[in-house]
Amino acid sequence: MDTALLTENAVALLPEIVLSAGVMVLMIFDILRREQNGASSLAGLSIAILLLGIGASLFIWGRPPAEYMEGAVSDGFALSVRLVVLIAGVLGVLLSRNYLPAIERQGGAFYSLQLLAVIGMMLMGTATNLIVLFIALEIFSLALYILSGFYRESPRSIEAAMKYFLLGAFASTFFVYGAALLYGAGGSAHYARIHETLSAGAGNPSLVMPGIALLLVGFGFKVSLVPFHMWTPDVYQGAPTPVTAFMSVGTKAAAFAGFFRLMMTALPSYQSQWALPLAILAVLTMTVGNLTALRQSSVKRMLAYSSVAHAGYILIALVAGTASASSAALFYLFTYAFMNVGAFAVIIAFEKRVGNENDVEQSDLAGIADRSPALAAAMAVFMLSLSGIPPLAGFFGKFMVFKAAVEAGWAWLVVIGVLNSAVSAYYYLRVVVAMYFQQAEEGGEAKELDALPDSRSPHFVVTVAAVAVVVIGLQPGLWVDLMRGLGQ
Amino acid sequence: MVETSYYLILAAIIFSIGATGVLLRRNALIIFMCIEMMLNSVNLTLIALARQWGNLEGQIFVFMIMAVAAAEVAVGLAILIANVRHRQSINIDEINLLRW
Repeated sequence: MDTALLTENAVALLPEIVLSAGVMVLMIFDILRREQNGASSLAGLSIAILLLGIGASLFIWGRPPAEYMEGAVSDGFALSVRLVVLIAGVLGVLLSRNYLPAIERQGGAFYSLQLLAVIGMMLMGTATNLIVLFIALEIFSLALYILSGFYRESPRSIEAAMKYFLLGAFASTFFVYGAALLYGAGGSAHYARIHETLSAGAGNPSLVMPGIALLLVGFGFKVSLVPFHMWTPDVYQGAPTPVTAFMSVGTKAAAFAGFFRLMMTALPSYQSQWALPLAILAVLTMTVGNLTALRQSSVKRMLAYSSVAHAGYILIALVAGTASASSAALFYLFTYAFMNVGAFAVIIAFEKRVGNENDVEQSDLAGIADRSPALAAAMAVFMLSLSGIPPLAGFFGKFMVFKAAVEAGWAWLVVIGVLNSAVSAYYYLRVVVAMYFQQAEEGGEAKELDALPDSRSPHFVVTVAAVAVVVIGLQPGLWVDLMRGLGQ
Repeated sequence: MVETSYYLILAAIIFSIGATGVLLRRNALIIFMCIEMMLNSVNLTLIALARQWGNLEGQIFVFMIMAVAAAEVAVGLAILIANVRHRQSINIDEINLLRW
Protein backbone atom coordinates (compact mmCIF):
# COMPACT_ATOMS: atom_id res chain seq x y z
CA MET A 1 0.00 0.00 0.00
CA ASP A 2 1.23 3.42 -0.88
CA THR A 3 1.80 5.04 2.48
CA ALA A 4 2.53 8.42 0.94
CA LEU A 5 -1.12 8.57 -0.14
CA LEU A 6 -2.27 7.86 3.39
CA THR A 7 -0.19 10.54 5.04
CA GLU A 8 -0.53 13.20 2.37
CA ASN A 9 -2.61 16.03 3.80
CA ALA A 10 -3.30 13.98 6.91
CA VAL A 11 -2.52 17.16 8.82
CA ALA A 12 -5.86 18.42 7.51
CA LEU A 13 -7.52 16.12 10.02
CA LEU A 14 -5.14 16.88 12.87
CA PRO A 15 -7.82 17.97 15.39
CA GLU A 16 -9.86 14.83 14.72
CA ILE A 17 -6.75 12.66 15.01
CA VAL A 18 -5.76 14.32 18.28
CA LEU A 19 -9.20 13.76 19.74
CA SER A 20 -9.44 10.15 18.57
CA ALA A 21 -6.10 9.35 20.17
CA GLY A 22 -7.24 11.24 23.25
CA VAL A 23 -10.42 9.17 23.57
CA MET A 24 -8.36 5.98 23.56
CA VAL A 25 -6.05 7.36 26.22
CA LEU A 26 -9.10 8.37 28.24
CA MET A 27 -10.64 4.89 28.05
CA ILE A 28 -7.38 3.20 29.03
CA PHE A 29 -6.91 5.66 31.87
CA ASP A 30 -10.43 4.88 33.04
CA ILE A 31 -9.61 1.17 33.24
CA LEU A 32 -6.24 1.63 34.94
CA ARG A 33 -7.19 4.16 37.59
CA ARG A 34 -7.90 2.97 41.09
CA GLU A 35 -11.49 2.54 42.19
CA GLN A 36 -13.29 5.81 42.93
CA ASN A 37 -10.10 7.78 42.74
CA GLY A 38 -9.56 10.17 39.95
CA ALA A 39 -13.20 10.56 38.89
CA SER A 40 -12.66 14.28 38.57
CA SER A 41 -9.28 13.74 36.93
CA LEU A 42 -11.24 12.10 34.11
CA ALA A 43 -13.00 15.39 33.56
CA GLY A 44 -9.67 17.18 33.71
CA LEU A 45 -8.18 14.79 31.16
CA SER A 46 -11.19 15.23 28.84
CA ILE A 47 -10.84 18.98 29.02
CA ALA A 48 -7.12 18.71 28.33
CA ILE A 49 -7.85 16.58 25.26
CA LEU A 50 -10.44 19.06 24.02
CA LEU A 51 -8.04 21.94 24.58
CA LEU A 52 -5.42 19.99 22.60
CA GLY A 53 -8.02 19.71 19.86
CA ILE A 54 -8.53 23.48 19.93
CA GLY A 55 -4.74 23.87 19.83
CA ALA A 56 -4.54 21.56 16.82
CA SER A 57 -7.26 23.56 15.08
CA LEU A 58 -5.36 26.77 15.74
CA PHE A 59 -2.19 25.08 14.51
CA ILE A 60 -3.66 24.43 11.05
CA TRP A 61 -5.28 27.87 11.03
CA GLY A 62 -4.28 29.89 8.00
CA ARG A 63 -2.97 26.97 6.01
CA PRO A 64 -4.34 26.64 2.50
CA PRO A 65 -7.33 24.29 2.36
CA ALA A 66 -6.18 20.71 2.08
CA GLU A 67 -8.27 17.67 1.28
CA TYR A 68 -7.59 14.27 2.71
CA MET A 69 -8.24 11.30 0.40
CA GLU A 70 -11.33 12.82 -1.22
CA GLY A 71 -13.13 12.48 2.06
CA ALA A 72 -12.56 15.46 4.29
CA VAL A 73 -11.27 18.96 3.75
CA SER A 74 -9.77 21.36 6.20
CA ASP A 75 -10.70 24.90 5.25
CA GLY A 76 -11.90 27.97 7.11
CA PHE A 77 -15.46 26.71 7.20
CA ALA A 78 -14.42 23.40 8.75
CA LEU A 79 -12.18 25.22 11.17
CA SER A 80 -14.89 27.43 12.59
CA VAL A 81 -17.29 24.50 12.91
CA ARG A 82 -14.58 22.70 14.84
CA LEU A 83 -14.14 25.65 17.17
CA VAL A 84 -17.87 25.92 17.88
CA VAL A 85 -18.15 22.20 18.57
CA LEU A 86 -15.01 22.08 20.70
CA ILE A 87 -16.16 25.04 22.78
CA ALA A 88 -19.53 23.37 23.30
CA GLY A 89 -17.64 20.20 24.25
CA VAL A 90 -15.49 21.94 26.84
CA LEU A 91 -18.50 23.66 28.38
CA GLY A 92 -20.41 20.37 28.35
CA VAL A 93 -17.64 18.51 30.17
CA LEU A 94 -17.35 21.30 32.73
CA LEU A 95 -21.09 21.04 33.37
CA SER A 96 -20.98 17.25 33.73
CA ARG A 97 -18.17 17.30 36.24
CA ASN A 98 -20.43 17.72 39.25
CA TYR A 99 -23.54 16.37 37.68
CA LEU A 100 -22.22 12.83 37.28
CA PRO A 101 -21.37 12.17 40.95
CA ALA A 102 -24.79 13.50 41.84
CA ILE A 103 -26.49 10.86 39.69
CA GLU A 104 -23.97 8.28 40.93
CA ARG A 105 -22.27 7.66 37.69
CA GLN A 106 -18.66 7.09 36.87
CA GLY A 107 -17.32 9.41 34.27
CA GLY A 108 -15.17 7.25 32.01
CA ALA A 109 -17.79 6.11 29.54
CA PHE A 110 -19.60 9.42 29.73
CA TYR A 111 -16.64 11.57 28.81
CA SER A 112 -15.45 9.13 26.14
CA LEU A 113 -18.85 9.25 24.51
CA GLN A 114 -18.93 13.01 24.73
CA LEU A 115 -15.54 13.26 23.05
CA LEU A 116 -16.64 10.77 20.38
CA ALA A 117 -19.67 12.93 19.73
CA VAL A 118 -17.37 15.93 19.35
CA ILE A 119 -15.27 14.00 16.81
CA GLY A 120 -18.34 13.10 14.79
CA MET A 121 -19.56 16.68 14.84
CA MET A 122 -16.19 18.02 13.72
CA LEU A 123 -16.09 15.49 10.89
CA MET A 124 -19.51 16.69 9.71
CA GLY A 125 -18.01 20.09 9.03
CA THR A 126 -15.08 18.68 7.09
CA ALA A 127 -16.82 15.96 5.08
CA THR A 128 -16.62 16.25 1.30
CA ASN A 129 -17.87 12.78 0.68
CA LEU A 130 -21.30 11.24 1.24
CA ILE A 131 -19.81 8.21 2.98
CA VAL A 132 -17.83 10.36 5.42
CA LEU A 133 -20.87 12.55 5.98
CA PHE A 134 -23.02 9.55 6.86
CA ILE A 135 -20.42 8.03 9.18
CA ALA A 136 -19.81 11.34 10.93
CA LEU A 137 -23.55 11.74 11.44
CA GLU A 138 -23.82 8.27 12.94
CA ILE A 139 -20.77 8.68 15.18
CA PHE A 140 -22.25 11.62 17.01
CA SER A 141 -25.83 10.34 16.86
CA LEU A 142 -25.02 6.99 18.44
CA ALA A 143 -22.99 8.68 21.15
CA LEU A 144 -25.84 11.06 21.89
CA TYR A 145 -28.45 8.27 22.05
CA ILE A 146 -26.45 6.69 24.86
CA LEU A 147 -25.69 9.98 26.59
CA SER A 148 -29.33 11.04 26.69
CA GLY A 149 -30.17 7.79 28.50
CA PHE A 150 -27.16 7.93 30.76
CA TYR A 151 -29.17 8.49 33.91
CA ARG A 152 -30.46 4.93 33.86
CA GLU A 153 -32.41 5.15 37.13
CA SER A 154 -34.55 7.96 35.79
CA PRO A 155 -37.46 6.66 33.70
CA ARG A 156 -37.51 10.01 31.94
CA SER A 157 -33.91 9.77 30.86
CA ILE A 158 -34.44 6.27 29.46
CA GLU A 159 -37.63 7.39 27.79
CA ALA A 160 -35.79 10.27 26.18
CA ALA A 161 -33.09 7.90 24.92
CA MET A 162 -35.70 5.51 23.57
CA LYS A 163 -37.55 8.21 21.68
CA TYR A 164 -34.37 9.78 20.41
CA PHE A 165 -33.01 6.45 19.27
CA LEU A 166 -36.10 5.16 17.47
CA LEU A 167 -36.80 8.44 15.70
CA GLY A 168 -33.12 9.10 15.06
CA ALA A 169 -32.49 5.71 13.51
CA PHE A 170 -35.64 6.15 11.43
CA ALA A 171 -34.45 9.56 10.22
CA SER A 172 -30.97 8.20 9.49
CA THR A 173 -32.41 5.70 7.04
CA PHE A 174 -33.98 8.56 5.10
CA PHE A 175 -30.71 10.42 5.20
CA VAL A 176 -28.70 7.50 3.87
CA TYR A 177 -31.33 6.71 1.24
CA GLY A 178 -31.00 10.29 0.00
CA ALA A 179 -27.23 9.95 -0.02
CA ALA A 180 -27.55 6.72 -2.04
CA LEU A 181 -29.71 8.45 -4.63
CA LEU A 182 -27.26 11.35 -4.90
CA TYR A 183 -24.52 8.81 -5.46
CA GLY A 184 -26.64 7.34 -8.21
CA ALA A 185 -27.21 10.77 -9.72
CA GLY A 186 -23.57 11.74 -9.85
CA GLY A 187 -21.81 8.39 -10.02
CA SER A 188 -19.57 9.27 -7.11
CA ALA A 189 -19.78 9.86 -3.40
CA HIS A 190 -17.40 12.80 -3.70
CA TYR A 191 -19.19 16.18 -3.72
CA ALA A 192 -17.02 17.89 -6.32
CA ARG A 193 -17.29 14.98 -8.74
CA ILE A 194 -21.06 14.80 -8.31
CA HIS A 195 -21.17 18.46 -9.27
CA GLU A 196 -18.83 17.84 -12.22
CA THR A 197 -20.89 14.98 -13.60
CA LEU A 198 -24.20 16.75 -13.17
CA SER A 199 -23.07 20.06 -14.65
CA ALA A 200 -21.62 18.21 -17.64
CA GLY A 201 -25.14 16.96 -18.31
CA ALA A 202 -24.23 13.35 -17.55
CA GLY A 203 -25.51 11.19 -14.72
CA ASN A 204 -29.10 10.67 -13.62
CA PRO A 205 -30.43 14.17 -12.84
CA SER A 206 -33.87 12.69 -12.15
CA LEU A 207 -32.50 11.20 -8.93
CA VAL A 208 -31.30 14.56 -7.57
CA MET A 209 -34.55 16.02 -6.28
CA PRO A 210 -35.76 12.83 -4.55
CA GLY A 211 -32.27 12.54 -3.10
CA ILE A 212 -32.37 16.09 -1.70
CA ALA A 213 -35.86 15.57 -0.30
CA LEU A 214 -34.81 12.40 1.55
CA LEU A 215 -31.61 13.98 2.83
CA LEU A 216 -33.66 16.91 4.05
CA VAL A 217 -35.80 14.60 6.21
CA GLY A 218 -32.74 13.20 7.94
CA PHE A 219 -31.12 16.58 8.29
CA GLY A 220 -34.34 18.23 9.44
CA PHE A 221 -34.60 15.67 12.19
CA LYS A 222 -31.07 16.30 13.44
CA VAL A 223 -31.49 20.08 13.67
CA SER A 224 -35.17 19.71 14.68
CA LEU A 225 -36.92 21.50 11.87
CA VAL A 226 -40.72 21.48 11.96
CA PRO A 227 -42.34 18.98 11.18
CA PHE A 228 -39.48 16.72 12.31
CA HIS A 229 -39.11 18.36 15.72
CA MET A 230 -41.44 16.24 17.86
CA TRP A 231 -38.59 14.50 19.66
CA THR A 232 -36.83 17.73 20.66
CA PRO A 233 -38.74 18.83 23.77
CA ASP A 234 -39.00 15.28 25.15
CA VAL A 235 -35.33 14.50 24.69
CA TYR A 236 -34.16 17.89 25.91
CA GLN A 237 -36.28 17.58 29.01
CA GLY A 238 -35.54 13.95 29.76
CA ALA A 239 -31.82 13.82 29.04
CA PRO A 240 -29.32 14.83 31.74
CA THR A 241 -29.11 18.62 31.52
CA PRO A 242 -25.36 18.84 30.68
CA VAL A 243 -26.03 16.50 27.75
CA THR A 244 -28.92 18.67 26.62
CA ALA A 245 -26.75 21.77 26.76
CA PHE A 246 -24.02 20.11 24.72
CA MET A 247 -26.21 18.47 22.12
CA SER A 248 -28.48 21.45 21.56
CA VAL A 249 -25.47 23.40 20.26
CA GLY A 250 -23.22 20.69 18.86
CA THR A 251 -25.82 18.82 16.83
CA LYS A 252 -27.08 22.01 15.26
CA ALA A 253 -23.63 23.27 14.32
CA ALA A 254 -22.59 19.90 12.89
CA ALA A 255 -25.72 19.12 10.95
CA PHE A 256 -26.02 22.62 9.50
CA ALA A 257 -22.36 22.61 8.51
CA GLY A 258 -22.62 19.20 6.86
CA PHE A 259 -25.74 20.09 4.95
CA PHE A 260 -24.41 23.51 3.98
CA ARG A 261 -21.27 22.06 2.46
CA LEU A 262 -23.15 19.32 0.67
CA MET A 263 -25.60 21.75 -0.92
CA MET A 264 -23.00 24.34 -1.83
CA THR A 265 -20.36 21.99 -3.26
CA ALA A 266 -22.34 19.15 -4.77
CA LEU A 267 -25.59 20.79 -5.82
CA PRO A 268 -25.11 24.55 -6.31
CA SER A 269 -26.80 24.40 -9.72
CA TYR A 270 -29.98 23.19 -8.06
CA GLN A 271 -30.16 26.06 -5.61
CA SER A 272 -33.15 27.72 -7.29
CA GLN A 273 -35.06 24.48 -6.81
CA TRP A 274 -34.27 23.71 -3.20
CA ALA A 275 -34.31 27.27 -1.84
CA LEU A 276 -38.10 27.72 -1.77
CA PRO A 277 -38.95 24.47 0.04
CA LEU A 278 -36.27 25.33 2.58
CA ALA A 279 -37.74 28.81 3.00
CA ILE A 280 -41.16 27.30 3.72
CA LEU A 281 -39.58 24.94 6.26
CA ALA A 282 -37.82 27.91 7.87
CA VAL A 283 -41.12 29.80 8.24
CA LEU A 284 -42.84 26.74 9.71
CA THR A 285 -39.95 26.04 12.06
CA MET A 286 -39.70 29.57 13.42
CA THR A 287 -43.44 30.02 13.82
CA VAL A 288 -44.31 26.68 15.36
CA GLY A 289 -41.23 26.76 17.59
CA ASN A 290 -41.97 30.19 18.97
CA LEU A 291 -45.73 29.76 19.35
CA THR A 292 -45.31 26.46 21.20
CA ALA A 293 -42.58 27.88 23.41
CA LEU A 294 -45.10 30.48 24.61
CA ARG A 295 -47.17 27.81 26.31
CA GLN A 296 -44.43 25.94 28.16
CA SER A 297 -44.15 26.03 31.92
CA SER A 298 -40.95 23.99 32.20
CA VAL A 299 -37.90 26.11 31.44
CA LYS A 300 -36.11 23.21 29.79
CA ARG A 301 -39.03 22.57 27.45
CA MET A 302 -39.27 26.27 26.70
CA LEU A 303 -35.59 26.26 25.75
CA ALA A 304 -36.17 23.16 23.62
CA TYR A 305 -38.85 24.90 21.59
CA SER A 306 -36.71 28.01 21.48
CA SER A 307 -33.93 25.89 19.96
CA VAL A 308 -36.42 24.72 17.34
CA ALA A 309 -37.09 28.36 16.52
CA HIS A 310 -33.38 29.12 16.36
CA ALA A 311 -32.93 26.27 13.87
CA GLY A 312 -35.43 28.18 11.74
CA TYR A 313 -33.40 31.40 11.92
CA ILE A 314 -30.21 29.57 10.91
CA LEU A 315 -32.06 27.86 8.08
CA ILE A 316 -32.65 31.32 6.60
CA ALA A 317 -28.90 31.51 5.98
CA LEU A 318 -29.01 28.20 4.14
CA VAL A 319 -31.90 29.48 2.01
CA ALA A 320 -29.85 32.54 1.05
CA GLY A 321 -26.96 30.23 0.22
CA THR A 322 -24.29 32.87 -0.36
CA ALA A 323 -20.77 33.05 1.03
CA SER A 324 -21.74 35.85 3.42
CA ALA A 325 -24.73 33.79 4.55
CA SER A 326 -22.49 30.86 5.39
CA SER A 327 -20.20 33.01 7.52
CA ALA A 328 -23.30 34.58 9.12
CA ALA A 329 -24.58 31.12 10.02
CA LEU A 330 -21.22 30.24 11.56
CA PHE A 331 -21.22 33.44 13.57
CA TYR A 332 -24.78 32.70 14.70
CA LEU A 333 -23.79 29.22 15.85
CA PHE A 334 -20.75 30.65 17.61
CA THR A 335 -22.90 33.04 19.65
CA TYR A 336 -25.60 30.42 20.11
CA ALA A 337 -23.05 28.07 21.69
CA PHE A 338 -22.43 30.50 24.52
CA MET A 339 -25.93 31.76 25.18
CA ASN A 340 -27.64 28.39 25.01
CA VAL A 341 -25.09 26.42 27.04
CA GLY A 342 -25.10 29.33 29.48
CA ALA A 343 -28.87 29.17 29.89
CA PHE A 344 -28.77 25.41 30.52
CA ALA A 345 -25.91 25.91 32.98
CA VAL A 346 -28.11 28.28 34.98
CA ILE A 347 -30.85 25.64 34.99
CA ILE A 348 -28.37 23.08 36.32
CA ALA A 349 -27.46 25.47 39.09
CA PHE A 350 -31.15 25.89 39.86
CA GLU A 351 -32.14 22.25 39.77
CA LYS A 352 -33.03 21.59 43.35
CA ARG A 353 -32.02 18.05 43.41
CA VAL A 354 -30.06 16.86 40.47
CA GLY A 355 -32.10 14.58 38.34
CA ASN A 356 -34.96 15.11 36.03
CA GLU A 357 -37.85 14.43 38.37
CA ASN A 358 -37.59 17.96 39.65
CA ASP A 359 -37.93 19.99 36.54
CA VAL A 360 -37.33 23.71 36.91
CA GLU A 361 -40.65 25.42 36.28
CA GLN A 362 -40.90 29.06 35.42
CA SER A 363 -42.78 29.65 38.66
CA ASP A 364 -39.77 28.28 40.53
CA LEU A 365 -37.77 31.21 39.25
CA ALA A 366 -39.99 33.80 40.94
CA GLY A 367 -37.96 36.12 43.09
CA ILE A 368 -34.69 34.33 42.38
CA ALA A 369 -32.97 37.65 41.84
CA ASP A 370 -33.04 38.37 45.58
CA ARG A 371 -31.44 35.10 46.55
CA SER A 372 -29.00 34.46 43.71
CA PRO A 373 -28.40 37.85 42.14
CA ALA A 374 -25.41 36.74 40.05
CA LEU A 375 -27.16 33.73 38.53
CA ALA A 376 -30.28 35.76 37.87
CA ALA A 377 -28.25 38.47 36.14
CA ALA A 378 -26.51 35.89 33.97
CA MET A 379 -29.83 34.24 33.10
CA ALA A 380 -31.20 37.64 32.14
CA VAL A 381 -28.22 38.18 29.84
CA PHE A 382 -28.79 34.81 28.14
CA MET A 383 -32.53 35.37 27.78
CA LEU A 384 -32.07 38.85 26.31
CA SER A 385 -29.37 37.56 23.99
CA LEU A 386 -31.52 34.63 22.83
CA SER A 387 -34.36 36.98 22.05
CA GLY A 388 -31.95 39.11 20.02
CA ILE A 389 -31.89 42.35 21.95
CA PRO A 390 -28.88 44.58 21.19
CA PRO A 391 -26.12 44.99 22.15
CA LEU A 392 -25.77 41.32 23.11
CA ALA A 393 -24.22 38.59 20.97
CA GLY A 394 -27.53 37.06 19.91
CA PHE A 395 -28.60 40.29 18.24
CA PHE A 396 -25.57 40.39 15.96
CA GLY A 397 -25.97 36.73 15.01
CA LYS A 398 -29.54 37.35 13.91
CA PHE A 399 -28.61 40.63 12.30
CA MET A 400 -25.88 39.02 10.16
CA VAL A 401 -28.14 36.19 9.02
CA PHE A 402 -31.01 38.53 8.18
CA LYS A 403 -28.68 40.92 6.37
CA ALA A 404 -27.24 38.14 4.22
CA ALA A 405 -30.75 36.93 3.41
CA VAL A 406 -31.92 40.42 2.36
CA GLU A 407 -28.88 40.77 0.12
CA ALA A 408 -29.76 37.46 -1.49
CA GLY A 409 -33.30 38.73 -2.16
CA TRP A 410 -35.23 36.96 0.58
CA ALA A 411 -36.75 40.07 2.17
CA TRP A 412 -40.16 38.47 2.88
CA LEU A 413 -38.49 35.64 4.76
CA VAL A 414 -36.56 38.14 6.88
CA VAL A 415 -39.78 40.00 7.71
CA ILE A 416 -41.26 36.77 9.04
CA GLY A 417 -38.04 36.13 10.93
CA VAL A 418 -38.14 39.54 12.61
CA LEU A 419 -41.81 39.11 13.54
CA ASN A 420 -40.93 35.76 15.07
CA SER A 421 -38.14 37.36 17.04
CA ALA A 422 -40.65 39.79 18.48
CA VAL A 423 -42.91 36.92 19.53
CA SER A 424 -39.99 35.10 21.12
CA ALA A 425 -39.11 38.15 23.21
CA TYR A 426 -42.36 37.53 25.11
CA TYR A 427 -41.41 34.16 26.55
CA TYR A 428 -37.76 35.02 27.11
CA LEU A 429 -38.66 38.20 28.96
CA ARG A 430 -41.26 36.31 30.99
CA VAL A 431 -38.36 34.48 32.63
CA VAL A 432 -36.62 37.78 33.39
CA VAL A 433 -39.83 39.23 34.79
CA ALA A 434 -40.33 36.18 36.98
CA MET A 435 -36.83 36.43 38.35
CA TYR A 436 -36.85 40.14 39.08
CA PHE A 437 -40.40 41.32 39.59
CA GLN A 438 -42.25 38.42 41.18
CA GLN A 439 -42.18 37.26 44.74
CA ALA A 440 -41.45 33.68 45.64
CA GLU A 441 -44.63 31.89 46.65
CA GLU A 442 -45.44 32.20 50.30
CA GLY A 443 -46.36 29.20 52.40
CA GLY A 444 -44.56 26.58 50.38
CA GLU A 445 -41.00 26.09 51.39
CA ALA A 446 -38.71 28.25 49.38
CA LYS A 447 -36.73 25.95 47.14
CA GLU A 448 -33.24 25.40 48.34
CA LEU A 449 -31.01 26.54 45.55
CA ASP A 450 -27.40 25.86 44.79
CA ALA A 451 -27.81 22.50 46.44
CA LEU A 452 -25.20 20.82 44.31
CA PRO A 453 -22.36 19.20 46.21
CA ASP A 454 -19.89 21.50 44.57
CA SER A 455 -21.55 24.03 42.38
CA ARG A 456 -18.44 25.78 41.18
CA SER A 457 -18.57 24.17 37.76
CA PRO A 458 -21.95 25.44 36.62
CA HIS A 459 -21.07 28.84 38.02
CA PHE A 460 -17.81 28.85 36.15
CA VAL A 461 -19.54 27.95 32.88
CA VAL A 462 -22.25 30.53 33.54
CA THR A 463 -19.62 33.20 34.09
CA VAL A 464 -17.61 32.29 31.01
CA ALA A 465 -20.70 32.16 28.82
CA ALA A 466 -22.13 35.42 30.15
CA VAL A 467 -18.84 37.24 29.67
CA ALA A 468 -18.55 35.83 26.14
CA VAL A 469 -22.08 36.91 25.25
CA VAL A 470 -21.43 40.44 26.47
CA VAL A 471 -17.95 40.72 24.94
CA ILE A 472 -19.05 39.42 21.54
CA GLY A 473 -21.97 41.83 21.76
CA LEU A 474 -19.75 44.80 22.52
CA GLN A 475 -17.10 43.94 19.95
CA PRO A 476 -19.06 42.19 17.20
CA GLY A 477 -16.87 43.50 14.39
CA LEU A 478 -13.88 41.55 15.58
CA TRP A 479 -15.70 38.21 15.63
CA VAL A 480 -17.66 38.87 12.49
CA ASP A 481 -14.42 39.54 10.61
CA LEU A 482 -12.95 36.41 12.10
CA MET A 483 -15.87 34.29 10.94
CA ARG A 484 -15.97 35.98 7.57
CA GLY A 485 -12.29 35.26 7.07
CA LEU A 486 -12.93 31.67 8.06
CA GLY A 487 -16.16 31.13 6.19
CA GLN A 488 -14.64 31.55 2.76
CA MET B 1 -28.96 -7.94 -17.76
CA VAL B 2 -31.79 -6.56 -15.67
CA GLU B 3 -32.15 -2.81 -15.89
CA THR B 4 -31.11 -0.73 -12.89
CA SER B 5 -34.50 0.90 -12.55
CA TYR B 6 -36.10 -2.39 -11.57
CA TYR B 7 -33.75 -2.71 -8.63
CA LEU B 8 -34.38 0.87 -7.64
CA ILE B 9 -38.13 0.37 -7.73
CA LEU B 10 -37.87 -2.85 -5.73
CA ALA B 11 -35.69 -1.06 -3.17
CA ALA B 12 -38.17 1.83 -2.99
CA ILE B 13 -40.99 -0.64 -2.33
CA ILE B 14 -39.03 -2.36 0.44
CA PHE B 15 -38.14 1.02 1.93
CA SER B 16 -41.80 2.05 1.93
CA ILE B 17 -42.87 -1.20 3.57
CA GLY B 18 -40.28 -0.62 6.27
CA ALA B 19 -41.32 3.00 6.78
CA THR B 20 -44.99 1.98 7.01
CA GLY B 21 -44.06 -0.61 9.58
CA VAL B 22 -42.23 1.95 11.70
CA LEU B 23 -45.25 4.23 11.65
CA LEU B 24 -47.90 1.58 12.27
CA ARG B 25 -46.41 -1.04 14.57
CA ARG B 26 -46.35 -0.45 18.31
CA ASN B 27 -43.74 -2.99 19.34
CA ALA B 28 -40.32 -1.41 19.63
CA LEU B 29 -38.56 -4.58 18.46
CA ILE B 30 -40.67 -4.77 15.32
CA ILE B 31 -40.00 -1.09 14.67
CA PHE B 32 -36.35 -1.87 15.04
CA MET B 33 -36.60 -4.65 12.46
CA CYS B 34 -38.41 -2.34 10.08
CA ILE B 35 -35.57 0.17 10.36
CA GLU B 36 -33.11 -2.59 9.50
CA MET B 37 -35.23 -3.45 6.50
CA MET B 38 -35.12 0.17 5.35
CA LEU B 39 -31.33 0.20 5.67
CA ASN B 40 -31.10 -2.97 3.61
CA SER B 41 -33.25 -1.48 0.89
CA VAL B 42 -30.75 1.38 0.78
CA ASN B 43 -27.99 -1.21 0.41
CA LEU B 44 -29.83 -2.73 -2.54
CA THR B 45 -30.14 0.73 -4.10
CA LEU B 46 -26.44 1.37 -3.65
CA ILE B 47 -25.37 -1.94 -5.15
CA ALA B 48 -27.62 -1.51 -8.17
CA LEU B 49 -26.28 1.99 -8.75
CA ALA B 50 -22.69 0.86 -8.21
CA ARG B 51 -23.17 -1.74 -10.91
CA GLN B 52 -24.67 0.83 -13.24
CA TRP B 53 -21.77 3.21 -12.74
CA GLY B 54 -19.19 0.47 -12.72
CA ASN B 55 -17.33 1.80 -9.69
CA LEU B 56 -16.79 0.53 -6.20
CA GLU B 57 -17.77 3.53 -4.10
CA GLY B 58 -21.35 2.33 -3.78
CA GLN B 59 -20.22 -1.05 -2.54
CA ILE B 60 -17.88 0.53 0.00
CA PHE B 61 -20.82 2.62 1.15
CA VAL B 62 -22.80 -0.61 1.68
CA PHE B 63 -20.12 -2.00 3.97
CA MET B 64 -20.11 1.20 5.97
CA ILE B 65 -23.89 1.05 6.33
CA MET B 66 -23.64 -2.54 7.57
CA ALA B 67 -21.05 -1.55 10.16
CA VAL B 68 -23.15 1.38 11.32
CA ALA B 69 -26.27 -0.81 11.45
CA ALA B 70 -24.44 -3.26 13.68
CA ALA B 71 -23.41 -0.46 16.04
CA GLU B 72 -26.95 0.84 15.99
CA VAL B 73 -28.30 -2.57 17.00
CA ALA B 74 -25.94 -2.70 19.95
CA VAL B 75 -26.96 0.73 21.19
CA GLY B 76 -30.63 0.24 20.42
CA LEU B 77 -31.01 -3.08 22.20
CA ALA B 78 -29.21 -1.70 25.24
CA ILE B 79 -31.63 1.21 25.42
CA LEU B 80 -34.53 -1.17 24.88
CA ILE B 81 -33.44 -3.39 27.76
CA ALA B 82 -32.94 -0.41 30.05
CA ASN B 83 -36.46 0.65 29.15
CA VAL B 84 -37.92 -2.79 29.85
CA ARG B 85 -36.33 -2.69 33.33
CA HIS B 86 -38.47 0.35 34.10
CA ARG B 87 -41.67 -0.62 32.42
CA GLN B 88 -41.75 -4.36 31.69
CA SER B 89 -43.05 -3.53 28.25
CA ILE B 90 -41.76 -2.66 24.81
CA ASN B 91 -44.98 -1.13 23.60
CA ILE B 92 -44.12 2.40 22.53
CA ASP B 93 -47.58 3.69 23.39
CA GLU B 94 -46.64 3.25 27.03
CA ILE B 95 -43.64 5.52 26.69
CA ASN B 96 -45.51 8.63 27.65
CA LEU B 97 -43.98 10.33 30.66
CA LEU B 98 -42.86 13.27 28.59
CA ARG B 99 -45.71 15.05 26.91
CA TRP B 100 -46.35 18.61 25.90
